[in-house]
Amino acid sequence: MADVIAPWLADYPLSEDRYHELMAADGQLRPHWQPLMDQLQGLSPAQLAHRQELLQRQIQENGVTYNVYADAKGADRPWELDLLPQLIPAAEWQQLAASIVQRARLLDGVLADIYGPQQLLQQGLLPADLIFGHNNYLWPCHGIRPHGGRFLHLYAADLARAPDGRWWVIADRTQSPSGAGYALENRQIITRTLPELHRQQGVQPISGYFRALRNLLTDQAPHDGEPPLAVVLTPGRYNETYFEHLYLARQLGMPLVEGQDLTVRGDTLYLKAVSGLRRVHGVLRRLDDDFCDPLELRSDSALGVPGLLNVVRARRVLVSNALGSGVIESPGLFGFLPAIAERLLGEPLALSQLATWWCGEAKVLDDALARLPQLVIKPAFPSQSFEPLFAAQLDTAGRADLARRLRAMPGAYVAQEQVRLSQAPVVTGPGQLEARAIGMRVFAVATANGYRVLPGGLTRVASEAGMGVVSMQRGGASKDTWVLADGPVASDAPASRQLGVRDIVRRDSHLPSRVVENLFWFGRYSERCDTQARLLRSALLRLIGEDGGGSDTDEALATTQAVGEQFGLLPEQDEDEPQELPARLLTACLDSKFHNSLPANLQRLYSAAAPIRGRLSQENWQAVAALARQGRSFSKVEKDLGDALAQLSPLVTALTALSGFALDDMTRDVGWRFLMLGRRIERLQFFAGATASVLASPALGLQPAASGLSVATLDSLLLLGNSLITYRSRYLSSPQLLPTLDLLLLDPHNPHALAFQLEMIDRGLEQLRDEYGNAIDNPLARPSERLRALDLQVLEPSLFGDIGQQAALTSLVALLHDLEEQSAALSDRLSLRYFAHADRATSYGVSP
Amino acid sequence: MSQAAGYRVHHLTRYHYGSPVTLSLHLLHLLPRPLAQQRISQQQLTISPEPSQRQQRLDPFGNPVVNLAFDQPHRELSVELTMELWRQPRPPEQPSPSWQSVVNAFAYHGQPLAADLLEAQRYRYESPHVHLKRNFADYARDCFGEDTLLLDGCRALMAKIHSEFTFDASATDIATPLLTVLKERRGVCQDFAHLMLACLRSLGLAARYISGYLLTLPPPGKPRLIGADATHAWVEVFCPSNGWVGFDPTNNCQPDLQHLVVGWGRDFTDVSPLRGVLLGGGSHDPEVEVTVLPIEEISTAD
Repeated sequence: MADVIAPWLADYPLSEDRYHELMAADGQLRPHWQPLMDQLQGLSPAQLAHRQELLQRQIQENGVTYNVYADAKGADRPWELDLLPQLIPAAEWQQLAASIVQRARLLDGVLADIYGPQQLLQQGLLPADLIFGHNNYLWPCHGIRPHGGRFLHLYAADLARAPDGRWWVIADRTQSPSGAGYALENRQIITRTLPELHRQQGVQPISGYFRALRNLLTDQAPHDGEPPLAVVLTPGRYNETYFEHLYLARQLGMPLVEGQDLTVRGDTLYLKAVSGLRRVHGVLRRLDDDFCDPLELRSDSALGVPGLLNVVRARRVLVSNALGSGVIESPGLFGFLPAIAERLLGEPLALSQLATWWCGEAKVLDDALARLPQLVIKPAFPSQSFEPLFAAQLDTAGRADLARRLRAMPGAYVAQEQVRLSQAPVVTGPGQLEARAIGMRVFAVATANGYRVLPGGLTRVASEAGMGVVSMQRGGASKDTWVLADGPVASDAPASRQLGVRDIVRRDSHLPSRVVENLFWFGRYSERCDTQARLLRSALLRLIGEDGGGSDTDEALATTQAVGEQFGLLPEQDEDEPQELPARLLTACLDSKFHNSLPANLQRLYSAAAPIRGRLSQENWQAVAALARQGRSFSKVEKDLGDALAQLSPLVTALTALSGFALDDMTRDVGWRFLMLGRRIERLQFFAGATASVLASPALGLQPAASGLSVATLDSLLLLGNSLITYRSRYLSSPQLLPTLDLLLLDPHNPHALAFQLEMIDRGLEQLRDEYGNAIDNPLARPSERLRALDLQVLEPSLFGDIGQQAALTSLVALLHDLEEQSAALSDRLSLRYFAHADRATSYGVSP
Repeated sequence: MSQAAGYRVHHLTRYHYGSPVTLSLHLLHLLPRPLAQQRISQQQLTISPEPSQRQQRLDPFGNPVVNLAFDQPHRELSVELTMELWRQPRPPEQPSPSWQSVVNAFAYHGQPLAADLLEAQRYRYESPHVHLKRNFADYARDCFGEDTLLLDGCRALMAKIHSEFTFDASATDIATPLLTVLKERRGVCQDFAHLMLACLRSLGLAARYISGYLLTLPPPGKPRLIGADATHAWVEVFCPSNGWVGFDPTNNCQPDLQHLVVGWGRDFTDVSPLRGVLLGGGSHDPEVEVTVLPIEEISTAD
């Protein structure tokens, strides 16, 4: 009964000129909303707030975002989801779904014709202007009959409900329809937020759609009896729906790849995996078709796969949707579809369309000009730089100008009736509902037995009341969409098939080389930032004099400076204007314009991590993002030693946390091994070089080395090697050379010792050999052998006197330099062996 | 009426890459299409090194196209074409209808389209290098009066471009926008062809890009230089009473015995002689040698 829930519905703004999802024109609640309103009614304000919080937390935890290119911050925007689902009764949906299936069949038929015999053009059922004049009509695809004969595997329709209650299609999505992933995510979140209601209402499950999608890309792909491998092809993380690409890939259990992860050899498409080339049978393409093959399509595309078209031509891969499918998104087609439906299907068009006219016919143009104020003028082709214009909002001069444009190139424009969107309720506070305009995107996928429609969809909500346009780009929200069942509902099975013991996978044999390369550099930069931050911090501590100062300190500073200079971590000295050490340290700490500064390396760390975000846990990624933010904020820090130091300490802690994530938060698969190899190699290279530099520092040259190293210098070295505490607890005295060297170079139990790095690198390489065969020749083997054989006794002064000790020290320094050089060599060899085919391609063309 | 003219064409393209190319794919629009007015008596395409894959097919415009793939590291690539072509003289021209009536014939009326008109529709719209703008229609306007016959208008436009534009190989490259060419009034044969296409299509006519060779005449008394010729480009316009009729705005002439056709498309993109994608390679400027020899000169030399 409507009066029971009066607090919620008391002020519901019912307008007569629109359809209201919630209520009939007389203010009566539509019956299928009753259970939901009952539940809402039963919630106390605190309970409601709790549900809202639960919903928000899930969005944050799942990292659901929508990127907006236009956003000045370039930031990921959190997804907005309303608590109340959109509800559709079973009978209404059944009819709607059937008409969606018909439209998908029809559009598939249109694509088959325009890329084949072109009879629709020849018979005058479709103007050539709309097809040949469309920049997404891809001539190189003409004559290609794709595997299975189907062009349109995935179809989405943008629907609006007219005031009379009928659903109208307002746009067709045939290029690579987005949104189904968000619909699934919405469903998972709302089901967890309103579990009782979801159970009680009987909601049709949507997982079948995703099973069908997976089946399409694997079982229906040309797999020639091989276990089918399907991938999700994304333009990359800057795309507005990148989250969905990630999410879909995870839900479907398919690798998320970029164009450079794939390669064509002969007539076959391969994934460039670390394990070698793996044939790909199915591609879910989220990249616009004209970017897909720089060899035959847009040659300026760096996102595509050179030669892909040839594989499609040979029917050795299923690409969904077929290349060239974007052309029929033009709204200009609407007016021609009823006659085409009669011709191709022998049926009348079932789904109502928003009245739409292509202006390329003289009579249509005249009509459109006569009733311009009632129309929206849209571009017929996406290549036009023309935003839809509501003629009603133009002044006389504006309308005259628009009319001139239309007359100059009538075939490039489409006139459309203005749509009055239906209104759905949105919770704005306890007991408060607001009516907002909604649009609904529904999805169909091709199966072996025809199209299957996802029961539900992505309902999009205008960003404020009274706004007539619904657009995610302009900051709208979304709703889960429940199609109510008219009988008992089987519980929603997981989106993928039930896996048995023989399906269990312990390793990822489809790991792309590019991912591994990024993991490797993620490891190297994590370690590099870490050592750099420690080095700078120890120098700042000494300069500020927190450790007492004195000549010891000067020597320690001199050696720190030597290390910093050796690794280019301090800005080069300008001969005319030599800078004091403090100024150089500040530049190294704070100035991102200095190429090797801490903020610059933090940015590199972020760049290496961003493309592999999908392989990091949410917390791990947040830690990386926080580090990058911190690095960017350094430019605003006062150029003062104390302030700089205050920034460094939390940074060192955060970097240590990153290494914790690496050790405890990641599966120890091949990708992880590369990450750890990156860390070990970086640590070895830096620490071997740094120790050599300290041992050979000019301060020592004048006097016997062993006694010449001051306590402060040894302290610095131990601090740099993160081993000071260990040393102190072991020896309970100020550091001396031999035990320091033992702890830092040879101790197999010290995770910062060189010997430990060498041991771990050896193990890592061994595991790679077990995985992929063909071990690489480890250039570290010989210096590693020599380090193991090192007897520190030679450094004891009593044995051979000072001269002998000096010679031993010199040879140790040479060994350390060798270790440093060979670490770099190993890094290069790993790149060549495992990442080499991750190279980028370039296009060329010859002018006559 | 003159006799068929025979030519031997030698076209060599050679790349020396700065660093080894580990993988490459190429698309060749070099082999000429057989035509009623142009017979191919001999043709040989030699590729070095040996490609890992070589396929030949017809592209959607009916031109022969060769796909090449190399999957072994290589530092050089040479593509050498030799062929003999026999070219018939241009057939006599029938009177053409007014250009306006041709534009009207293309307009959509919801009626079945004749096959040649449907085929011509392909060449009426924007293509990667040919954008339709009012500037181009305006430029052509004085050549196409109210009642101007189609082919007369085309000849006037060809002459206008030829007289107002300067041939300047250093002024443009393939990336130069057509509006810049129109503004600067300089360019090469490809630019002039694209410009004429843009003008004709902006008026609503159907016009296509022809890729081919032109026999060049050595200066009087001088021997012909081997390898100094070049590939050439011009346009063809669809005329209901004559079919496709050629115009060469670079030379202000209608192609006849000296113009050899390789293929056609909407613009250069569709028939680029060589395009491809390389992994590695560094810098790579090709050496291109083209020689077009009349067969009677060859026999005289013997």
